[in-house]
Amino acid sequence: MDRIKDQINANARRVPTWAVYILCLLPAPYFFYLAVTGSLGPDPVKPLEHKYGELALQLLIAGLCITPLRQHLGINLIKFRRSLGVLAFTYAAFHLLIWAVLDVQSLGRVIEDVIKRPYITIGMAGFALLLPLAITSNNYSVRKLGPTWRKLHKLTYPAVLLGGVHYIWLVKGIQIEPLIYLAVILGLLALRYWPKRRARSPA
Amino acid sequence: MAHRWTNTLTHSDITPHRAFLNRRQVMAGLAAGVGLAGIGRAAQAADALEPNSYEDITQYNNFYEFGTGKTDPARNAHTLTTSPWKVTIDGMVDKPGDYSMESIMEAMTIEERIYRFRCVEAWSMVIPWNGFELADLLTMAGVQSDAKYVAFETANRPDEMPGVRFPALDWPYVEGLRLDEAMHPLTIMATGIFGKPIPNQNGAPMRLVVPWKYGFKSIKSIVRITLTDQEPPTSWNKANAREYGFYSNVNPEVSHPRWSQASERAVGGGLFARRQPTLMFNGYEKEVAALYDGMDLKTNF
Repeated sequence: MDRIKDQINANARRVPTWAVYILCLLPAPYFFYLAVTGSLGPDPVKPLEHKYGELALQLLIAGLCITPLRQHLGINLIKFRRSLGVLAFTYAAFHLLIWAVLDVQSLGRVIEDVIKRPYITIGMAGFALLLPLAITSNNYSVRKLGPTWRKLHKLTYPAVLLGGVHYIWLVKGIQIEPLIYLAVILGLLALRYWPKRRARSPA
Repeated sequence: MAHRWTNTLTHSDITPHRAFLNRRQVMAGLAAGVGLAGIGRAAQAADALEPNSYEDITQYNNFYEFGTGKTDPARNAHTLTTSPWKVTIDGMVDKPGDYSMESIMEAMTIEERIYRFRCVEAWSMVIPWNGFELADLLTMAGVQSDAKYVAFETANRPDEMPGVRFPALDWPYVEGLRLDEAMHPLTIMATGIFGKPIPNQNGAPMRLVVPWKYGFKSIKSIVRITLTDQEPPTSWNKANAREYGFYSNVNPEVSHPRWSQASERAVGGGLFARRQPTLMFNGYEKEVAALYDGMDLKTNF
């Protein structure tokens, strides 16, 4: 186990963060291309919108994994956490843009939907919570805000929860996938309150 | 029974769909310049009722018994045994019993109906159905005078329908119509699309089509039809009564609680297509509005 852990940590040190950005951004043009060329089916707006939303949620969840991986398994991927967060925000923004511009197609109706339709209000609230996090995702802000920065970035927790609820709420009937997402999110948040590895082993 | 005059020309007798579109594109291109050709085509499509392609109609489906994804039914529905098939017609009828699909097809006159199809999810298609008027089938079974509603039920076969192993809805899928809606000449039982037998994913061997109501009312793969004097339960209403009413008539003025119904995405339009305004009763207002005279369509949604 320790060998695997050390191997992962050694490899992680060699992977530059820009590689993570490029790798994780590739699906954006790829799925857009599929939508334009008809490979996402005859009604491509919805699948594209949903794909970007799903990727945003997946990246947020990946970001939530970083801390427990380190605390409970000793795997240190902390240098990727910021990239995952910024990427999640980027996909949430793409998701929002596709919805507003290609799906709803009217600013008036976008505003109406955000006010009148609770599942959209919730999604929008999640996005609004990510906004200050994206803005302060730079070294300057970390230095400037000091301990406040850590507190501020705990907003990820309510943001990802809102994302999970938004997903459950938007599907028709009972579907299993959004329930799995919410279970994973709740599990990862619960791990924050689990005794840490080091605390458990006697000194 | 039916056997009224019907058109002997079928869809295959008219200009092939693609050639038809190309010709329009050329004409629109001449009129408006090549750059505007696509827009001209989209604008004309709305009033001319050009059917969607066979592929769109048969590869993009909601049929939760085969999965909740749009492509799941086309992938999974091949497992459904549609022959032999029998439909139980019971309740307030003179001749209750199990009717085989063959005996039904023998008695009915199949004709083509090109209808708009509007899903409650705010997408739409134009579909050339083949089928017969439900009124003819009900007349064959002999509707008794105290019957007020018609209840329908979809097959519920866990071995053949992977979707019913998970309670996305309370299976079997059930739907219902008021008797006057069921007897309306626009209401058909579809047994084909584009002159071909209806594919499983579209509701083989026989499904309801009520073109002025949201698509989920048009129940698929029917095994039971019951005449009753009570408003029958309907699946989506049972799942979420706030969002789905018994009537579920297409109405641009009554929003779904989670989205507006004022406009729709025409399937097949591509990523950059403009939304189309949704028509009252899906464009069949002249034919069906009288059924709802004096009714508040906001409370009876």
